[in-house]
Amino acid sequence: MIPMIDIRNAEKTFVMHLQDGIRLPVVRGVSFHVAPGECVVLGGPSGAGKSSILKMIFGNYRCDGGAICVQHMGALLDIASAEPRQILGVRRHTIGYVSQFLRAVPRVASLDVVAEPLLAAGVARAEARERAGVLLRRLNIPDRLWKLPPSTFSGGEQQRVNIARGFISDLPILLLDEPTASLDAANRAVVVELVAEKKRAGVAMVAIVHDDEVRHLIADRLVDVTSFAANA
Amino acid sequence: MLDVTKAPVDNDQPLLLAEGLSKSFGRLHACRDVSFALYPGEVLAIVGESGSGKSTLLQLLSAQMTPNAGSVSYRMRDGVMRDLAALGEAERRFLFRTDWGFVHQDAAMGLRMGVSAGANVGERLMAVGHNHYGKIRQTAASWLERVEISTDRIDDAPKTYSGGMRQRLQIARNLVTEPRLVFMDEPTGGLDVSVQARLLDMMRTLVSELGLAAIVVTHDLAVARLLSHRVMVMQGGRVIETGLTDQVLDDPREPYTQLLVSSILPA
Repeated sequence: MIPMIDIRNAEKTFVMHLQDGIRLPVVRGVSFHVAPGECVVLGGPSGAGKSSILKMIFGNYRCDGGAICVQHMGALLDIASAEPRQILGVRRHTIGYVSQFLRAVPRVASLDVVAEPLLAAGVARAEARERAGVLLRRLNIPDRLWKLPPSTFSGGEQQRVNIARGFISDLPILLLDEPTASLDAANRAVVVELVAEKKRAGVAMVAIVHDDEVRHLIADRLVDVTSFAANA
Repeated sequence: MLDVTKAPVDNDQPLLLAEGLSKSFGRLHACRDVSFALYPGEVLAIVGESGSGKSTLLQLLSAQMTPNAGSVSYRMRDGVMRDLAALGEAERRFLFRTDWGFVHQDAAMGLRMGVSAGANVGERLMAVGHNHYGKIRQTAASWLERVEISTDRIDDAPKTYSGGMRQRLQIARNLVTEPRLVFMDEPTGGLDVSVQARLLDMMRTLVSELGLAAIVVTHDLAVARLLSHRVMVMQGGRVIETGLTDQVLDDPREPYTQLLVSSILPA
């Protein structure tokens, strides 16, 4: 089967010019692939570079070497060498990202925050809002909060809005950075269900999960990031 | 009201193309060898400190200043790419009145302060041939609503408005002709923080709903992050770093960009 994500020898080093040009190698020789319908969980201690790898796949961190190929609109695209416009296209049509924290936009209602990726993909506003409501309800965000901007919510509620926003679209690749970190057991179970549904829909996922139980439930395969340690 | 969000179109033809733009004032090189392409629906932020050349670049791009070297071309509504320097006066005026918008930091430069808000918006429509008074007034009123100005204030002159309202009115005046490209020079400069947030949110929504391309000059990286897809960092008249906005801000490469990013005060 053709992988959705194929990473070969990707590497990342930060050069801190304000600290006398100190070089901070993060990862080197990152190589793994993810098939459609598969959830690969990145393992390794804090600081091993797990989040950096997710950010490199999303094009948020630049990749200093190697290739990060994804299936994008029927063709193979190397994120490491893609133009900014191509990466924007990838984010609209191919890769979704659930970050640890919601970067809340002031004044936008939670329902619209969740519906936004669908609108960007061309779905009509009424349908996008309806689907957003369904997800928010599943994640136990009561209707009366939908009109409020998420900046007024608790940490756990903000994260659920963020999860709804990440899971709403029908993108073939999903990157999950600690999606269950500040959730209670009931909501963790909802996220596990959502991941299972995405798998059945053929979505390729890369996840970082510290909760052993959740990891056990969603991981099809573990990739140990310590083997990519750049200063090993 | 439009009900579709037009994301940046996957359009392979640039809307505006800058090639080797340079401008000097005597021995001062305000802008050196700047080249880039802007695509329909794309928002580009030009960031840098005062004196970095970003405002000069905006003047060059919008044909308000002539470069010493290089050129700017623009795709006209008929699809033909034209060199701005070769446009006739009438064509240039057409661009300014209809296809382009220009949002100034100081709203007084973009508005007529002594005439009513309705006339400020309606004037741009009349300039493109609208002549039905009732319709013009109706369109003006609907634009005031879109920029969250109460229609009770339609007959008041902007000199009676607050700073934030003036800026919103300036935006309405610019967008009423459905331009394809809007230039913005420090659009939130000089406004209170709460007023800035409201304005930014409104601009973000309008830009995406209308599928506008925009070039935004700002020294405020938070404005760049909220509004733009791509960013160009300028220092000493040169573009020193360019890329996706979140990439440049989260993973800055150049020493000067790292300095800018690390100088943001945490809220």
